[in-house]
Amino acid sequence: MTTSMDSRADRPRPGETDRLLEVKDLHVEFHSREGVAHAINGVDLHLDRGETLAVLGESGSGKSVTAQAIMGILDMPPAVIPRGQILFQGRDLLTMKPRERRAVRGAEIAMIFQDALSSLNPVFPVGWQIAEMFRQHRGLNRSDAKAQAIRLMELVNIPAAKERVNAYPHQFSGGMRQRIMIAMAVALDPKVLIADEPTTALDVTVQAQVMDLLKELQAQFHMGLILITHDLGVVADIADRINVMYGGSIMESADVRDLYAHPGHPYTQGLLDSIPRLDMKGQELYAIKGLPPSLMRMPSGCPFHPRCAHAQDVCRSEFPPRVELGPRHESACHFAQEVVRG
Amino acid sequence: MSKYALRRLIQMIPVVLGVTFLIYALVYALPGDPTAGKCGERPCSPAYVAEFRKTYNLNDPLPLQYVKYLGNVVQGDLGESQYGQPIRDELAERFGTTFKLGVVALVFEVVVGLLAGVLAALRRGGFLDNLVLVSTLFVIAIPVFVTGRALQLYLGVRAGLFPATVSFEPTWFELLLPGFVLGSTSLAYLARLMRTNLGDNLSADYVRTAHAKGLSTRRVVGVHALRNSMIPVVTFIGYDFGALLGGAIITEGIFNVPGVGQYVFRAINDRDGQVVVGTVTALVLVYLVANLVVDLLYAYLDPRISHD
Repeated sequence: MTTSMDSRADRPRPGETDRLLEVKDLHVEFHSREGVAHAINGVDLHLDRGETLAVLGESGSGKSVTAQAIMGILDMPPAVIPRGQILFQGRDLLTMKPRERRAVRGAEIAMIFQDALSSLNPVFPVGWQIAEMFRQHRGLNRSDAKAQAIRLMELVNIPAAKERVNAYPHQFSGGMRQRIMIAMAVALDPKVLIADEPTTALDVTVQAQVMDLLKELQAQFHMGLILITHDLGVVADIADRINVMYGGSIMESADVRDLYAHPGHPYTQGLLDSIPRLDMKGQELYAIKGLPPSLMRMPSGCPFHPRCAHAQDVCRSEFPPRVELGPRHESACHFAQEVVRG
Repeated sequence: MSKYALRRLIQMIPVVLGVTFLIYALVYALPGDPTAGKCGERPCSPAYVAEFRKTYNLNDPLPLQYVKYLGNVVQGDLGESQYGQPIRDELAERFGTTFKLGVVALVFEVVVGLLAGVLAALRRGGFLDNLVLVSTLFVIAIPVFVTGRALQLYLGVRAGLFPATVSFEPTWFELLLPGFVLGSTSLAYLARLMRTNLGDNLSADYVRTAHAKGLSTRRVVGVHALRNSMIPVVTFIGYDFGALLGGAIITEGIFNVPGVGQYVFRAINDRDGQVVVGTVTALVLVYLVANLVVDLLYAYLDPRISHD
């Protein structure tokens, strides 16, 4: 699978110079007494300036681990990265010195998390936490940094920012807290923003507002946005491209419309079929049979084969190669052509 | 905040009244004649007994006795010991020594305990972590009178590194060994408390955020995680200091430290009710104030707690 990736990456494409991030053949393992959990098994992905890439998958599919590996915030040990490259503007983050890496983290590649309440430090004022970015990365003094914090709180539409700069996280609502996380993440004008399930913990009405804000900021700063989610509804709205992950590998990669119209992988099909639809009201909701694989005991061959209706002998023995189904549309399935034709 | 402090101060009044009355009643209920043994080998003369009972209002019913006693306390008069010394002066002197001993114990406790706890938390499951866990368990399991006697014998008497007992007005150096013994158990608890708390906080989401912000590990641990871990730790230290100021009967006994603990212990043995009640009243006040300080500090450390 690595070879097919390399040949694709070498092909020149429009906007190639805008390439911000390129992950190549990334492997992440977690070593514990119980054994080795293979969380990421050869992930390739790339992100261009101004682009929104959605990484879609169930819990345990490796989407968050991929994000944390890019950020460099995995606990190592127990995490180990035995193979792979994470190129940020051509420089491999994995071979950087810790100091250089830290300068990238937060300033060039920033991240927001699912639960903003627990992700903010409960004992420091929110303004202080935003200002810390400027104080630590830019060496600004206290009052200048605070002024920047107020500016950012205004940018993410927090009412009465000037008065609330000294308030603590628990004094804000869920949506406001996530806005503060976003303000902190975009503080230093990062090139890449990774949002790990940014709206999962929020009310539906607030979800839309936060997504709109992300979209707006992305356009304004021309950031590359990686949106990690399990919510197909969120994705359709905002993403340019989708990577579908399963069992630590990317199963399918396509432009949004293409993926929704012509899913080229049985797993993607299953996901799309399990979205509730109004015209199917009253009928039982479709669910993919079985459970996601244990990272400790990955199935042989294709990780999806135990749950796949199309599975043949070849699926049990060989990891499927990546099949090109169209421009920028690839599926890691032995029967991708058959699947996409329906 | 000041409103809260005031409310807490007012709340102290019933506590002080309750505790002192309880102690007063308990001492009153002790069997035996308070004048026994006051006059050498023979019984006291009826005139002396009558005078004694009158001085200490022993002919009044208990509640009235207590009220009269309290009236004196409010005026700053804690009464006299059976040796005729004003309890207030004696207590003030001894309290200075106990305070010194408490400070030594607290410094050991905080410096060594916190350091051990932090190091153990940072290397969870490692050699240092196991060392801290085993050694603290060891300290907790062994009673203070064993640790005290053992250290006194080996470091004091045999090796001669420290004085085995202290003088009547002990210097800081003389109090090092007793202070260490006194603080050792709390030190062990504190190390474990710090280890668990910091360990939990290090895997908290906001620590992950702090890493994602590109902060140095030193800052992530030292500022973000540590500040949160200090909340229960400061509570423990505060209450413990309150307890340390109450005197340490065993440690003061072993090293012959002329502190409050020794004073109360002797008074209990001597049936010196005035001293027992007076000292305990003073200690209750000290303990309550220490608690109040901790609670006020708590609100400062954890903004989620509001005193308004």
